Amino acid sequence: METSLAHYLALSGILFTIGAVGVVYKRNAIGIFMCIELMLNGVNLTFIAFSRYYADATGQLFVFMVMSVAAAEAAVGLGIIIALFRNRLSVDVDDASILKN
Amino acid sequence: MESVVKTAFPFVVYTGAILLAFQGVLIMVAYTVLAERKVLGWIQGRIGPNRVGPWGVLQPFADLLKFIFKEDLVPDKSTKFVYFLAPLVALTCALMPIVLYPFGPPITTIDWTFLPYGLGEGITQLPLTIAQIDVGVLFVLGITSVGVYGIALAGWSSNSKYSLMGGLRSSAQMISYELAMGASVIGVVMLSGTLDLNGIINAQASSPFRWFIIPQFIGFVVFLIAAFAETNRVPFDLPEAETELVAGFHTEYSALKFALFFMAEYVNMFTVSVMVTVLFLGGWYLPGLSYLFEVGSIPYAIASHVTFLGKIFLFLFLYIWIRGTLPRFRFDQLMNFGWKFLLPLALANVILTILIVYFLNS
Amino acid sequence: MASTIIFYLLAGFAIACAISLVIHRNPLYSAISLVGVFLSLSCIYFTLAAPFIAAVQVLIYAGAIMVLVVFVILLLNLDDDKPLTRLRYLYAVAGGLGLALLAQTLFIFYAVMRTPQEEINTEQTVGNTLSIGRAMYTEYLLPVEIVGVMLLMAIVGAVVLVRKLNQPQLELVVEEELELRHEKEEKDDYRIAF
Repeated sequence: METSLAHYLALSGILFTIGAVGVVYKRNAIGIFMCIELMLNGVNLTFIAFSRYYADATGQLFVFMVMSVAAAEAAVGLGIIIALFRNRLSVDVDDASILKN
Repeated sequence: MESVVKTAFPFVVYTGAILLAFQGVLIMVAYTVLAERKVLGWIQGRIGPNRVGPWGVLQPFADLLKFIFKEDLVPDKSTKFVYFLAPLVALTCALMPIVLYPFGPPITTIDWTFLPYGLGEGITQLPLTIAQIDVGVLFVLGITSVGVYGIALAGWSSNSKYSLMGGLRSSAQMISYELAMGASVIGVVMLSGTLDLNGIINAQASSPFRWFIIPQFIGFVVFLIAAFAETNRVPFDLPEAETELVAGFHTEYSALKFALFFMAEYVNMFTVSVMVTVLFLGGWYLPGLSYLFEVGSIPYAIASHVTFLGKIFLFLFLYIWIRGTLPRFRFDQLMNFGWKFLLPLALANVILTILIVYFLNS
Repeated sequence: MASTIIFYLLAGFAIACAISLVIHRNPLYSAISLVGVFLSLSCIYFTLAAPFIAAVQVLIYAGAIMVLVVFVILLLNLDDDKPLTRLRYLYAVAGGLGLALLAQTLFIFYAVMRTPQEEINTEQTVGNTLSIGRAMYTEYLLPVEIVGVMLLMAIVGAVVLVRKLNQPQLELVVEEELELRHEKEEKDDYRIAF
């Protein structure tokens, strides 16, 4: 069958699902960060699919903004991870729980 | 049968064109290696290789045979998957921009109705670019950015101190100079109004005084310096210098995998030479060719293609000449130069271009 | 016909890389799989008539963000993920979340397939750089400026976060941590200058 909007939305939904499962499943802080990027990319695909099927440039503009935000988040997030590593010598998120109990 | 032929026709044509382009570039790269050895020899007061064939012309084939027959060493504690992946990534990312190069002007004088099944109807010209996308410049810059992975992964997966140091230094150098390279292209894009490589050549293709090297001379110099750093060539080749890091990130690679890295470096040089020619020197345009041949005919396309190759060889010769002449930078000098001098210069060029274009247009 | 095959190939590759991202415990293999996802998504954007966003995806995501991530992984020399020991219920949470989202995706697919769809307007090209640039600087100028300020904040924040602590401070912090782990004999290994 011809690819239609539904196929692109389904692919985007599947990528988002895999990303969401990965965020809960992974223990490595960088792994969690990468799964968040995967979720953001699923959402980007949704925007571009809608932009194509309704001939509106707003979708692609918004994807551009999302990419910029992801780049800024990468810079700051990796800075946090390096600072975490310097203090705890591990990036395992279970070891960074001194606020608990 | 007809529908099969009609569906398969574009695939067959494009595959044939891509294979032809790859073969051409790889042969040119092989002879660039020979040219480098001979020119370096002449600069250093000796003759280069001249034993294998007259003037050493068959040397690349001898080198290829040597690489194939060498023993393929794999370090014991290396990560095998990444170790095998890294040269493939480097070579693939080096070869991918070939589909965007504007090899010549489109050919309009061939009548395509001799093709069966009505495949020739509606085709008015044969463009000499394999993929004509709107955003050629961005695509080439992006693929060059992805090529950093080959080096970083190679350095890490060899599980050796020298390789890791060389790989990390080389990757840091490459990502630092990518910014200056991209910023220096912005001026050209503003003057030509398009990101398409064919469009940029068309904007320069009326007279040699419209070539962008004249208004964008600062951009040209910045792009050239950044390109030397991107391709890890002298004076920026500390990460792979023999006297510093025992050949850096490709220390632990031997035989065919090393040949892939070697080829990737020279194909990168070729890519950068093509980009400099297209962006700043007018691509395949030579003034006076349109008087000798009819525009759009095959002899015109061939002559333009030869002009294009001539300009590319000029820049490859410049690469080799600088290798024979300049000493190399220390790593902190290199990073200082890239961030503190070259990037602000490129941005100043952008601002200057903006002001001049604005005041000329209003 | 050909475009359908290409879509299924690219989509299959993207999903395979995404699953490989979650399954591998070694963070470097996850990073390589994520680069694969980005490249296949870029090809899908090309087929969706968005060449500018496709090129920018390769340039920014695969070429800059993931290079940073790979750098951090190589510099910190991270080990494999270890399986959970304390919070075992998280596996159940992950499975439940996955099933719920997957059910929602299938429902959306079914619902959108059933709505009547109008023809795609193939003459209008909204994906080329000129129209995006024009829209960016006329109708959407404020978001673009805010993004610029946000990137500046991110740069300043990142520089502040990874400042080098003074040497005695760093030693005190690391000493404390090592005492907590009763590993005094590995004192020499942490003197890495970042």
